[in-house]
Amino acid sequence: MKARIIERRQLCPEIYLYKIEAPHVAERFRPGQFVIIQTHEKGERIPLTVAEAQPEKGIISLVFQVVGKSTLHLSLLQKGQYLENCVGPLGNPSEIRRFGRVVCVGGGTGIACLWPILKALKAVGNEVLTIIGARTAERLILVEEIRQASSQVFITTDDGSQGEKGLVTDVLARWINSPAGASSPAIDRVIAIGPAPMMKKVAEVTRPQRIKTIVSLNTIMVDGTGMCGSCRVFLGQTMKLACIDGPEFDAHRVNFDDVISRLEMFRQKEKLALETYRRQLAAQREGLAPKELHPKRLSSD
Amino acid sequence: MIKIGGRRVPMRELSPEERIKNFSSVPLGYTEAEAVREAQRCLQCRGVPCEVYCPIHLRVLDMIRAIAARRFQEAFFIIQADNPLPAITGRVCPQESQCEGVCPLAQDGRGLNIGKLEAFVADWARARGLREKLQIKERPQRVAVIGSGPAGLICAYDLRRWGYQVVVFEALHKAGGVLQYGIPAFRLPTEVVDYEISYLQEIGVEFRLNFFVGQNIPFAELRRDFAAIFIGTGAGAPLFLGIEGENLKGVYSANEFLIRVNLMKAYRFLEYDTPIICGRRVGVIGAGNVAMDAARCARRLGAEEVYILYRRTRKESPARDEEIQHALEEGIIWMELVAPRRFLGDEKGWCRGVELVRMRLGEPDSSGRPRPLPIEGSEFVLELETVIEALGTTPNRLFLKQAPELAVNRWGLIQVDDNLQTNLPGVFAGGDAIRGNATVILALGDGRKAAAAIHRQLSEAER
Ligand SMILES: Cc1cc2nc3c(=O)[nH]c(=O)nc-3n(C[C@H](O)[C@H](O)[C@H](O)COP(=O)(O)OP(=O)(O)OC[C@H]3O[C@@H](n4cnc5c(N)ncnc54)[C@H](O)[C@@H]3O)c2cc1C
Ligand SMILES: Cc1cc2nc3c(=O)[nH]c(=O)nc-3n(C[C@H](O)[C@H](O)[C@H](O)COP(=O)(O)OP(=O)(O)OC[C@H]3O[C@@H](n4cnc5c(N)ncnc54)[C@H](O)[C@@H]3O)c2cc1C
Ligand code: SF4
Ligand code: SF4
Ligand code: FES
Repeated sequence: MKARIIERRQLCPEIYLYKIEAPHVAERFRPGQFVIIQTHEKGERIPLTVAEAQPEKGIISLVFQVVGKSTLHLSLLQKGQYLENCVGPLGNPSEIRRFGRVVCVGGGTGIACLWPILKALKAVGNEVLTIIGARTAERLILVEEIRQASSQVFITTDDGSQGEKGLVTDVLARWINSPAGASSPAIDRVIAIGPAPMMKKVAEVTRPQRIKTIVSLNTIMVDGTGMCGSCRVFLGQTMKLACIDGPEFDAHRVNFDDVISRLEMFRQKEKLALETYRRQLAAQREGLAPKELHPKRLSSD
Repeated sequence: MIKIGGRRVPMRELSPEERIKNFSSVPLGYTEAEAVREAQRCLQCRGVPCEVYCPIHLRVLDMIRAIAARRFQEAFFIIQADNPLPAITGRVCPQESQCEGVCPLAQDGRGLNIGKLEAFVADWARARGLREKLQIKERPQRVAVIGSGPAGLICAYDLRRWGYQVVVFEALHKAGGVLQYGIPAFRLPTEVVDYEISYLQEIGVEFRLNFFVGQNIPFAELRRDFAAIFIGTGAGAPLFLGIEGENLKGVYSANEFLIRVNLMKAYRFLEYDTPIICGRRVGVIGAGNVAMDAARCARRLGAEEVYILYRRTRKESPARDEEIQHALEEGIIWMELVAPRRFLGDEKGWCRGVELVRMRLGEPDSSGRPRPLPIEGSEFVLELETVIEALGTTPNRLFLKQAPELAVNRWGLIQVDDNLQTNLPGVFAGGDAIRGNATVILALGDGRKAAAAIHRQLSEAER
């Protein structure tokens, strides 16, 4: 089913927010779920978290970072154009309950994935402390939205251009390990979404105190419905499928080294696809190639 | 003058050297003259064993007579009346254990080439755009079909012919089930499947792609909005060995491998965006149709050495004869009586090989086949860059989780009565969802039977 892009916004050099018409996704979406899209008929099926849903308007928001051919192609689509396919909502919703004090840690586009979860957690009465980070101030996204949805927000950047200089995990470690932290009310739950190495670090930081920590795993997926096994992850010796058992898992049981390793499986080919596409785009700009790289499909629907 | 008996008219095929370079159909199909010659061999047996042993009892003999008399159009309509997908069954049925296996002309276990004749008439009709002209008398009742594999397709077709408003829900972005995502194009060309589906669309079956029932639309909502439901969700969830090293890069389930290759067309990478990594040395675990398909795909993706690693022997293999034959012609190496113990990887997490243990055959097990037993101390290592596990599949637990009111047995197969009705009134099921890994023709038989039961139930309710 095609899904129309009704708003296209660039949040920072490589991250975009798209509003998409997908009424049945918007209606059913609960925080923590994702969709799988295909930007064109011959495209890859890629998973993207739903950052916001407006069921009354039948609209969902997706926030994505350009990392390869599919996301680059997506970033070049304009308002009014269509995604070829969009299926969802997929995956299990986040557990939303009154935990008490929840610390949410977000990095990169993970910040957008956290956003609906924060809102829901706060709405049921949690104290939501949020730590978000990026390489530079310019790359921080949705800061205002996150501020509104949290009880308190802490910001880190690698270069110190906004907030504290350092990593999100530095702040988290300080809270957990400082004597002051020990006397103040304890942290009841940590939720971390971001690059796999960041989530791994968060798990390490919270493990000694056994603070329940949830991460949302961004494995490679194809169908998203439990049919292929490409999204398999290991919790100890137990195999789970991120698409139907997750995407959220208990961070302390996840074998992150496997997750990180398996994300690289197709890297060599992905690089080739991206380079080829960039060359095609350049040729197109110079008028050497037909403009329509992905010819409109002879649609039957 | 009709000549009977004699040898099979050989099927022309792409040579092994040619075909491992592409995904084109391996059998080239009979010409009209060849089909006539093959049909003329028929002995017109009393009792017609071929029809008796066809799971849906097609009118094989009438079709053969019409072909022998060069009345191809008539042959097509004879077969089409009972099987809307002859181009598909003709290509994928395990004929040697069904219609052809019992034909007295069988010299090597395979009689008259019924499958290829069936495919011939279907292809002949497709080339001419010949299709049954239906006079549909509309009925108001709506029926939902969940899953667009062969079971769902035939059920939708029959119900639509009787005038029902049929909506097919399919989780993937293309309809066809295993026919689309599993069976490779060199066995079942994509355009054949697409043609059959376009016919259903033409007669007014509505397809809602990208809808996983249970997850994207509640099962309860379907039960409210539709007068009856047919569940043809198949058994598409892969099984894994559960041994050390399954997390390594280069280890796939056959489903992932085949979905990337067939559904996503990874063999045309760069034109299509989905990648696949296939090493020089590939091991496929298992020896059924799925294993043969995966092995033959790997060969076409450029693998130099492809091993079938099977714990029993060729005699016990459930694959179609033709598939094994084709695989061997393509240079696939058959290694039997071995079982994997663990996969070995390098420091970067890539698969580098498999440790195998030799097996021997013991007493028959529950499947009636001799139970393979390990010979301790016989372990050895086979170097491989890619491993494909083709161990079979089970029903999708996501659907069952979202429809807990459905009664299932302990293997997760949906329970049905003689009419294929589930424990929920008005909800029917068939195909791999009730049988586990079965066949296209059994799925078609179920879809047809369920459609008839739905028709009976709904027309009785009308009165
Ligand atoms: C449940 C889930 C939710 C996700 N939500 C979002 C989101 O909201 N926003 C967003 O920007 N991204 C999200 N991702 C990641 C996103 O799917 C990938 O970035 C995307 O598939 C990359 O496609 P590509 O063709 O552009 O890049 P590719 O060419 O496929 O890959 C480029 C690089 O990205 C890495 N990569 C590939 N696939 C993934 C993946 N699934 N996850 C992480 N890295 C990957 C590869 O290692 C490679 O080096 C999510 C992933 C999952 C599983
Ligand atoms: C690689 C391979 C090769 C094979 N070769 C042969 C062969 O040569 N000969 C032979 O006779 N048989 C063969 N088989 C077996 C045969 O394909 C199956 O028995 C047959 O396809 C079963 O049909 P089905 O309609 O029950 O289900 P499937 O074909 O499995 O179709 C089920 C469909 O339902 C969809 N679905 C599942 N759950 C939902 C849901 N909740 N909502 C919406 N959609 C859903 C799935 O996406 C899928 O498209 C092969 C199987 C495989 C995998
Ligand atoms: S449907 Fe299959 S079993 Fe029946 S006649 Fe055709 S090929 Fe033979
Ligand atoms: S069994 Fe063989 S010879 Fe006999 S009627 Fe059927 S096809 Fe003809
Ligand atoms: S993405 Fe295929 S099983 Fe999870």
